[in-house]
Amino acid sequence: MESYDVLVIGAGPAGSGAAMTAAKAGLKVLMVEKRAEIGSPKRCGEGLSRSSFERMGFDADKARPEWISKVIRGATVYSPDRKYIKMTNVLGGDIDGWVIERKQFDKWLASEAAKSGAKVMTKTEVINLIKEDGKIRGARLRHHNEEWDVAAKITIAADGVESKIAREAGIDTTLRLADISSCAQLEMANIDIDEDRLEIYFDQELVPGGYFWIFPKGERRANVGLGVRKPFASEYAYKYLRAFIETVPSLREGSVIEVNSGGVPVGGLLEDMVMDNFMVVGDAAHHANPIHGGGISESFVGARIAAEVAIGAIQKGDTSKSSLSRYNERWWNERGNMLMKVFKLREVIESLNNDELNWLRKELEGENLSDFTKARKFGFLAKILMKKPKLAFLARKLL
Amino acid sequence: MIQADKNLCTRCGGCVGVCPVSALTLNEHGIECSAECIDCGTCINFCPMKAIKKKE
Repeated sequence: MESYDVLVIGAGPAGSGAAMTAAKAGLKVLMVEKRAEIGSPKRCGEGLSRSSFERMGFDADKARPEWISKVIRGATVYSPDRKYIKMTNVLGGDIDGWVIERKQFDKWLASEAAKSGAKVMTKTEVINLIKEDGKIRGARLRHHNEEWDVAAKITIAADGVESKIAREAGIDTTLRLADISSCAQLEMANIDIDEDRLEIYFDQELVPGGYFWIFPKGERRANVGLGVRKPFASEYAYKYLRAFIETVPSLREGSVIEVNSGGVPVGGLLEDMVMDNFMVVGDAAHHANPIHGGGISESFVGARIAAEVAIGAIQKGDTSKSSLSRYNERWWNERGNMLMKVFKLREVIESLNNDELNWLRKELEGENLSDFTKARKFGFLAKILMKKPKLAFLARKLL
Repeated sequence: MIQADKNLCTRCGGCVGVCPVSALTLNEHGIECSAECIDCGTCINFCPMKAIKKKE
């Protein structure tokens, strides 16, 4: 039987992060992707900050022209009254980040994994996991008209929001409706927009439990979308999206060159992400930021932590659950506890009505709002909320 | 049991992730629903495109 140290299922940023890390350490790695094309269809706004890219372990000057749609130098955040906070060069220096072309970016990451020594196969799906004595030993795969078994010391599930593999393994990754953002997204052309900044709009009536975004892709193109959440939303995401676009004059006359939808985990962080010989990473493990849904770097970094633990476990010859649970400890220390605080912020923001959001924008003028998405300055934010007696109970969530 | 309208479904797979009984599978033909389905409607509530309906 074909055998590997690590089998990675799914070739998004998480899968590639795990495969790259494990292969660089000299492990024999296979990464399989069930879709025909890595990175397609995308389900995201395609924003990537410079600090996130650096956290993934890359220097900003390694950003590649083939996946940069547009260099970004700030963001404009709108309250429901369409007044705004405009931020420029938030990270210091010229580049705050990029709007990327996911189809190119994900392929680049997978190629980097391949260059590190991992074997990558697309249009290759897992028919089922192979279990012996209740322990996972690899998977049965299908490519084209062939089916075969692959043995692996550790199997890493990176199969995205569907997360079928982890559930087949025995980890319940089912997302509650309140913890998944229902997203609809367009690529639009021929629109007049701020080409240098991300635009983010909050409005509890027009985009309940989420936000609307315009992420410029250069030359009058943009990724335009929103995410809404039950129980706040009474309609479906695509209907909200089309209605919202009608309220933004610069978008009304634009053309649509791509339509996507998707589900983004915004909560439901898992205490336990391992079993004997098995780990779950990325969207499948709900590794995304609960306030904005960004998950490219979060997935990649979480998967790198998983792979580092996998490397140690294979070197020791102990891939049992207790050995792999070092991944749980490390991920919660390095990422989870911070994301859990951000989850509290999500609960605060979703509780505010439009008048309160308008008021809060005024109070926050001049602030770098991206601090809050990293669980920074919560004490400061709590103090502001406490000015309104009605919001004091929410402020306590942040302390 | 549910069915997805192929004209509306973008095959994003979010419904698979919210299904509490793991009854849904995304394949190249779209969403397939197994007999495990308990008609809870969670996937219908999630779907960004309103592509999912109860099977008559």
